Amino acid sequence: MSKSMLRLNLNGQNGEYAVADNMLLIDFLREVAHLTGTKMGCDGGECGACTVLIDGRPQLSCLTLAASCAGRHVETVEGCAQGGRLSRLQRAFNEKLGSQCGYCTPGMIMAAEGLLRTNPHPTDSETQEALGGNICRCTGYVKIIESVRAAASGEPL
Amino acid sequence: MNDATPLRGKPGQPMVGRRAPLIDGIEKVSGRAKYTADLEHTDALVGRIYRSPYSHARILNVDVSKARQLPGVIAVITGEACDKPYGILPIAQNEYPLARDRVRYRGEPVAAVAAVDIATAEAALRLIHMEVEELPAYYDVDSSRAPGAVNLHDDRPGNLEREVHHEFGDVAAGFAAADLVREETFECAEVTHMHMEPHAALAEYDVERDRITLHSVTQVPFYVHLRIARCLDLDESKVRVIKPFIGGGFGARTETLNFEIIACLLARAAGGKVRMKLSREETFLTHRGRPHTRVKLKIGMTKQGKLTACQCEATQTGGAYGGYGIVTILYAGALLNAIYDIPAVQYDGFRVYANRPTCGAMRGHGTVDVRHAFECLLDTMATEAGLDPFQVRRANLLKAPVRTINDMEVTSYGLPECIDWVEEASGWRQRKGKLPPGKGLGFACSHYVSGAAKPVHWTGEPHAVVNLKLDFDGGITILTGAADIGQGSSTILAQVVGEVLGVDFDRLTVIANDSRITPKDNGSYSSRVTFMVGNAALEAAQNLKAILVSAAARKLAVPTEEVECLGETYRIAGQQGSDISFKEVVTEALVDTGTLTVKGTFTVPKQFQGGKFHGAAVGPSMAYSYAACVVEVTVDEVTARVNVDKVWVAHDCGFALNPLSVEGQVQGAVWMGLGQALSEETRFHEGLPLAANMLDYRVPTIVESPPIEVKIVESIDPNGPFGAKEASEGALSSVIPAVANAVYDAIKVRLLETPLTPERIMDALVKEERAKKRAPAAGGR
Repeated sequence: MSKSMLRLNLNGQNGEYAVADNMLLIDFLREVAHLTGTKMGCDGGECGACTVLIDGRPQLSCLTLAASCAGRHVETVEGCAQGGRLSRLQRAFNEKLGSQCGYCTPGMIMAAEGLLRTNPHPTDSETQEALGGNICRCTGYVKIIESVRAAASGEPL
Repeated sequence: MNDATPLRGKPGQPMVGRRAPLIDGIEKVSGRAKYTADLEHTDALVGRIYRSPYSHARILNVDVSKARQLPGVIAVITGEACDKPYGILPIAQNEYPLARDRVRYRGEPVAAVAAVDIATAEAALRLIHMEVEELPAYYDVDSSRAPGAVNLHDDRPGNLEREVHHEFGDVAAGFAAADLVREETFECAEVTHMHMEPHAALAEYDVERDRITLHSVTQVPFYVHLRIARCLDLDESKVRVIKPFIGGGFGARTETLNFEIIACLLARAAGGKVRMKLSREETFLTHRGRPHTRVKLKIGMTKQGKLTACQCEATQTGGAYGGYGIVTILYAGALLNAIYDIPAVQYDGFRVYANRPTCGAMRGHGTVDVRHAFECLLDTMATEAGLDPFQVRRANLLKAPVRTINDMEVTSYGLPECIDWVEEASGWRQRKGKLPPGKGLGFACSHYVSGAAKPVHWTGEPHAVVNLKLDFDGGITILTGAADIGQGSSTILAQVVGEVLGVDFDRLTVIANDSRITPKDNGSYSSRVTFMVGNAALEAAQNLKAILVSAAARKLAVPTEEVECLGETYRIAGQQGSDISFKEVVTEALVDTGTLTVKGTFTVPKQFQGGKFHGAAVGPSMAYSYAACVVEVTVDEVTARVNVDKVWVAHDCGFALNPLSVEGQVQGAVWMGLGQALSEETRFHEGLPLAANMLDYRVPTIVESPPIEVKIVESIDPNGPFGAKEASEGALSSVIPAVANAVYDAIKVRLLETPLTPERIMDALVKEERAKKRAPAAGGR
């Protein structure tokens, strides 16, 4: 498979990468950029664990060709913390136990991040709708909803 | 990894009972947590498995010659690579990592390839061919047990892996004394764990030293260590098993799994490192889930609702190999007891082989389907006797401490409080029977063990060992073999140790991941870690504390009895100004000895290890958790779809070492129960899985997940660490019957199969409707 140069902005940094034309975004992130926070939980498009933001919108990186991200902004869970400090959503997921085994967490946080950027104060049902494609097998979702609520609340975390 | 993160509470705040976030939570939310597939693998080969396309066949030949010749293929192995059978139970080892003379389910590993890249490995698989003589395949217990059926295993005639026949008390007399006796047969579909992380392993073989290191997704690193040594014919000291972060388990990973051994065999054959990532479909095939179970149940009760006898026959479709099967079929019978006071219980269990992926342990191991049947039938009988479902449960409560008729010791029993709370919180008294059409309320109870009292491999070692290392810097490292799989066990151990030593999280680091570094542990199964490893951690911390108090006494020049500990400050009792710091105490403690390593152990005393009868080893535990659950549902009259509107659940965990974590575990258990109640079932067509993906194997999503209100009941167990018992499994089995009872309340039709899918409910409603039409005068059934 031939490779092409891919230029994109990854977690705030512009970069150039030689990428096979058929490479999926998730494989690019994990194998080329070595950002393993983004997880593969299924055989394609079933679970939401690989959710990243492309130009600010939650997308499944397992169903996206890396090449299709040329010139775009891609954000992963590694890009949320600033100077090593957790983002508000990350802090809320940690403190409210929105994460147990942690495997769905990066995708869940990115889906929630995408939601809060367009809707900073979602109702619980809006949160449920936005995270409807992200499966978690540990929490029963109650504390995930609480985590998003806490992050959106403006209260100290 | 697993480093302690600063999560300091308020000064003087106790470490136990605190709503502490997970000790490794920051790694998880930041994306820094490394799971097996995330580990560095630049020099690793790609491992792939060739799987049988046949459900049941004699292998005549496996031709791998073309695959071997493909450029880029470094190693190809078949069943010849390992002639040592394995299996979690010493008495049921009948599985080979790669099939040898027979395949017994579609998808069973037959050969494996290590190649330089994915494309080459997959191309090599397409070049492998197997020649077979097909055998008749059996996908359910009825065909598998039919006369003349071919035996899957030569030493198991009639395809019966194990039958159990237990009778405690006088069952005939019990039924004779009953005013109401009812019998019903329930069918519960097979379900699977569907942990979020697909299976993965990274094996590295050191050719020069003949050593193997395996990183894997296991809940039981030490069992894996022992099996790898056996299957590779290596001295046990040449094996190292490391458990990185794990994306859930729920029982799937409580035994050594074929891909773990295959990865090691491939690494040795290739003379290097092999990375094996299973697809989601392969993860489904690896299975070890909860078997399809047919429960034929008969209960006798008096007019007042007092239980007089119970007779239960459970038949489990166990799949192709032994796995945990014997334990599962024994749990199903043993846990008929220790929740209610039943004077006579008969149990007949049949574990049957079939040509399906092997079942195993899954959250609520063994008890779930039997509990479902019991709580459903009890509800039906209560209605018939004109009794209230709460009244019936209350008429049969145990009084702890008590030894059950099958020799299980119940030392703490918070079920009455659980029942009271769900009744009150759900508004049962005000709302039951007054809900609008299509809505219903259902109630059920359940229980579970806090650790199997007898370990799987009994060697005479303690059941749990924890080491603490205290060094020059004042940092305390907790070394444990207990696998944190997301349930938070490392956090709990830090809380226990911190509480005893008066130190906070920022002084504590937990290492819980390496069979070469941490003391041996039986692993994370049967909800044993909080109770057993927690007790070992408690003892270790007390031992370290004694050393620190002696050092402080020397430093303060007083007898040890006069040393007072105020968190990290030590002083002469009551004497202000005599304070010395933790650091000073540590420095004194290390004089002449250097780095301190202390140990704590825990062993379940004999008294709690069960009776003398055959099969008595399964069921006994040093403590049992209890739960009660009320579920409110709406059944759509057009689509027959059940919506769970709300769940109230109370769980007696003895003492909540971490209430945040207990809530999380209970909510997770409820949700997993809801899945089994409403939508989850594995499905096959002639052995071909029809739902081996996360869309067709339907779990409830966040959209369908209801509010779950959790009440923590604390019965303070006399033997648990600070009174604690298990919190992760007990509630699950109350949820499924509570849903079924609520659906009955809503539509007045009793479904005898789970899950309660719209198809099943619609069929039941149509049948009911026809029955009514046929017999209008009789007023229905």
